[in-house]
Amino acid sequence: MNTTRRETLIGRMVLIIFMLFTLMPLVSMLSTALQPEATIPTGISWPSDPQWHNFVDAFNVANLGTLLWSSVLIILGVVPVSLLFATMAGYGLGVLRVRGGQVAFLLLLLGLTIPLESLIIPLYYQMSDLGLLNTRWALILPLIGLFMPFGVFWMRTHFQSVPADITEAASVDGANSWMAFLRIQVPLAVPALSSLAVLLFLWTWNQFLLAIVLVDDPNQRTMAGALGAFQGRYGTNIVLLCAGSLLIMAPTILVFVIFQRQFVKALLQGSVKG
Amino acid sequence: MMGSKPELNPIVASSVRSSRHRLVARGRWAGWLYVLPALVMYALFVLWPLLTSVEYSLYSWNGIDAGRWVGLENYWSVLTDSELILPIVHSFELVFFFTVIPVCLGLVAAALIRGFSEGGFGAVARTILFLPQVAPLVAAGIAWKWAYSETGIVNQLLSAVGLGSLTRPWLADFGTALPAVGFIGAWVLLGFCTVLLLTGMSKIDPALYEAARIDGSGPIQEFRFITVPSLIGEIGVCVTVSMIAALSSFDIIYISTYGGPGRVTMVPGVLIYRLAFDERKVGLASAMAVILMILVVGCVLVVQRVMKGENS
Repeated sequence: MNTTRRETLIGRMVLIIFMLFTLMPLVSMLSTALQPEATIPTGISWPSDPQWHNFVDAFNVANLGTLLWSSVLIILGVVPVSLLFATMAGYGLGVLRVRGGQVAFLLLLLGLTIPLESLIIPLYYQMSDLGLLNTRWALILPLIGLFMPFGVFWMRTHFQSVPADITEAASVDGANSWMAFLRIQVPLAVPALSSLAVLLFLWTWNQFLLAIVLVDDPNQRTMAGALGAFQGRYGTNIVLLCAGSLLIMAPTILVFVIFQRQFVKALLQGSVKG
Repeated sequence: MMGSKPELNPIVASSVRSSRHRLVARGRWAGWLYVLPALVMYALFVLWPLLTSVEYSLYSWNGIDAGRWVGLENYWSVLTDSELILPIVHSFELVFFFTVIPVCLGLVAAALIRGFSEGGFGAVARTILFLPQVAPLVAAGIAWKWAYSETGIVNQLLSAVGLGSLTRPWLADFGTALPAVGFIGAWVLLGFCTVLLLTGMSKIDPALYEAARIDGSGPIQEFRFITVPSLIGEIGVCVTVSMIAALSSFDIIYISTYGGPGRVTMVPGVLIYRLAFDERKVGLASAMAVILMILVVGCVLVVQRVMKGENS
């Protein structure tokens, strides 16, 4: 490396400023969450006596146990089915190359750009007609549909990167395509599938607009939707609000730190190849 | 020239194609069984609502009684009523904050991170900058609403550095609310752009830099003449993703300002929600929804075209 020590030092300082900018609101939230309740805290001030039990209070007040269970149910309803459907379609479009597949693929690509707000009004009346408003199905079914463009796109990209020899070898062995799909393609696709699973988990957990429109009861919502309701009720109790928000954020950050590699790969490669 | 590779050797290319074709032909119709479940879900919960939005937009409807056909009147209202057109203008102002700032700062951050060896300081910086991208936007909205408040960290910092005269409730001030909201978007997207650009940089041929060194160019020239041009593809993706986020922003604004004060931070997403579910003007909201979709798809196509032009 040719860079001088001074350049490295300046670079380090600029990056530290960027990091402080990123962490600032989060640290402010943490220091606020530890203040005594019913005080009016200022930006960042470390409390002399950190009130860690505020997190327990927020957990109880927000009914976080119930909310967690609700989110788990929604995620279990959305993620496995989305993975299966996306993998099958990715295989059909990428390996079997079905007749007219190009048209189907272009239609799906359109879905990558459509804003959710453009769909939300009909989705509301659709769920109302189906009698599903205020149930978790009102979130699960549309989310599967909404995840198809990215999911199929991502899996198709993966299947196109698998050498054709492998598919052909399976055909020569007399395996029909469903067996070839299950025994050969799916196991090979596990890395791509795990990245997609992490992404879909986060997108479901963080889904807000669908939750506030289609489900009134926060206990049946996604985490982000429930957080919206929590803010509506306890918005004035800034200490409790910060503690609750941090609790709801924590799992996403944990998942990110654990699966960082897959996650970043999925998010980036997926979008670059677009 | 893009398509020249197969033409160089047409015989080989076509024989490969035909052997593949035979093997695949059997699956060509049966294969639809694989594609169908995904397509059905997509059609039911994306395409169908999309067409229904267009249908609703042609009616005056309160969501309960029978609607009245009004043709394109709702569109005319959106395009002529300043209360309704301003949110669209705001969303384009947000593009500056959501797109221009994260892409420019992201280029700087990525170039700097690349200077540090893998695994150490650079990796920590990358992870931290990426954090806002994984937290729910609602939580980001709550965190920043608190940071911008009168006793929040932003004012605290300003006072600390002697700029106490600038302090204000940033989100409640008519002049600063929109830029303040825009900065939240920049905060969320900086990490995404940084990491994406970093990935792109790792693919640049090091020989290019060596050649530049021999020619005696410094780091700034390298950045200007090698790094940035090599990253056109990645920059295109950053611009596309962040522009969609800006034009269709909802969560952050719903939580932090709900379009206020007055209507200075009103954007199409929040307006659609308020018109449809608070004011029960479903037809008008749907017209806005269709216009928003056309705007987003149109902008994405323009960016794609520009980037393709830059590439060739």
